[in-house]
Amino acid sequence: MLSLKDLRLRITSVKSTRKITSAMKMVAASKLRRAQAAAESARPFAQRMERMLGTLAASLAGQSGAPRLLAGSGRDRVHLIVMVTADRGLCGGFNSSIVREVRRMTGDLLAEGKQVKILPVGRKGREQIRRDYGAHLIDGFEQLGRRGITFPEADQVANAVTALFEAEEFDVCTVVYNRFQSAIAQVVTRQQLIPFPLSAEPQREFGGARAVTEFEPNEEDILAYLVPRNLAVQMFRSMLESQASEQGARMTAMDNATRNAGDMINRLTMQYNRSRQAQITKELIEIISGAEAL
Amino acid sequence: MDEHIHFELVSPAKLLISAAVDMVVVPGTEGDFGALPRHAPMITTVRPGVIDVYTGTKVSSRIFVSGGFAEVTEDRVTVLAEEAMPVRELTKDMAAARKKSAKEALDDARTERERILAEHQAAVAEAMDAATAG
Repeated sequence: MLSLKDLRLRITSVKSTRKITSAMKMVAASKLRRAQAAAESARPFAQRMERMLGTLAASLAGQSGAPRLLAGSGRDRVHLIVMVTADRGLCGGFNSSIVREVRRMTGDLLAEGKQVKILPVGRKGREQIRRDYGAHLIDGFEQLGRRGITFPEADQVANAVTALFEAEEFDVCTVVYNRFQSAIAQVVTRQQLIPFPLSAEPQREFGGARAVTEFEPNEEDILAYLVPRNLAVQMFRSMLESQASEQGARMTAMDNATRNAGDMINRLTMQYNRSRQAQITKELIEIISGAEAL
Repeated sequence: MDEHIHFELVSPAKLLISAAVDMVVVPGTEGDFGALPRHAPMITTVRPGVIDVYTGTKVSSRIFVSGGFAEVTEDRVTVLAEEAMPVRELTKDMAAARKKSAKEALDDARTERERILAEHQAAVAEAMDAATAG
């Protein structure tokens, strides 16, 4: 049984915790609005670019001379997983769900006899995966997008991936991130970046003949420009989505924490009042029985 | 005209236009081209310049783009622009400021990559200037 003083201290401490969590919730909510707008407005561009590249890739399928960033190295031996997490915790299952997915992927790939490299973007992911697959970690990025993700930052990550690919460090690159659905729902998403995944959708018929896309100035020039750019754009998109998800997850987590703290304060206050009353009663009984004894 | 072509203009920041129109004239690297419904599929790079959107036989809006890509299919034109804004929001001063910064960048360029970027900036500024004049 806690003494009255202990209870008082507990209540004060929970109250200050509640202040902190509710402030964090407010901050996350205001950051969420901005991050959500950024993520949603970046979606159309990334989708269109993917579609355009899909058309290009489909028309080049089977031909040699396609850039290796698009077609891949032709092997499937070393996998690179780009793991997009947050730098900070206190956001519910946000980081752990990514780490869990990456852990499962790594386990599966290793079981198939493939090599795995993990490039962490965000501090929390690296810390959590280090215990299980520390040997597979390579240098990643931290502290990106403290004031909102900018395109040059995403470009930096994309360049690092490109450099690794050109050094033949990996064959297949997949990015794992939280896609923003709503403030309370984030979807763990895997997206393969290299080689570019060809959609199964066949080219549409046009005037009876197979539609042949014309290119100006020519395929090579367009591809040389489009492919690295697409990588950066997709990376940018996943980082924006991840950031919006992070703020959403944090807002929900802090909202729950605030509510729990409120419940706890109520419970403790009740206990405090009860024991205070019990003590008063006890004192009264002592006085009365003392008086009676005289 | 009862057939329409779906025109979409997207920049990394947002989806600017998504509408059914009658014709779009896009400044391709190899020359301007008009896209009508049932155009042959094509992918091209876009040079800095102005996109004209036609409703009926009139130009309903003019948008300046700083370059990018365009994809044309039989029923759709998609332009991925690096940067885009309506011509009426452009001013002489903006173009002049761009010209100045492009010139400085060109003077400061040390590497080949920097020089190419600066030359691109200069071309964008030039096109912007032309757009405000017309």
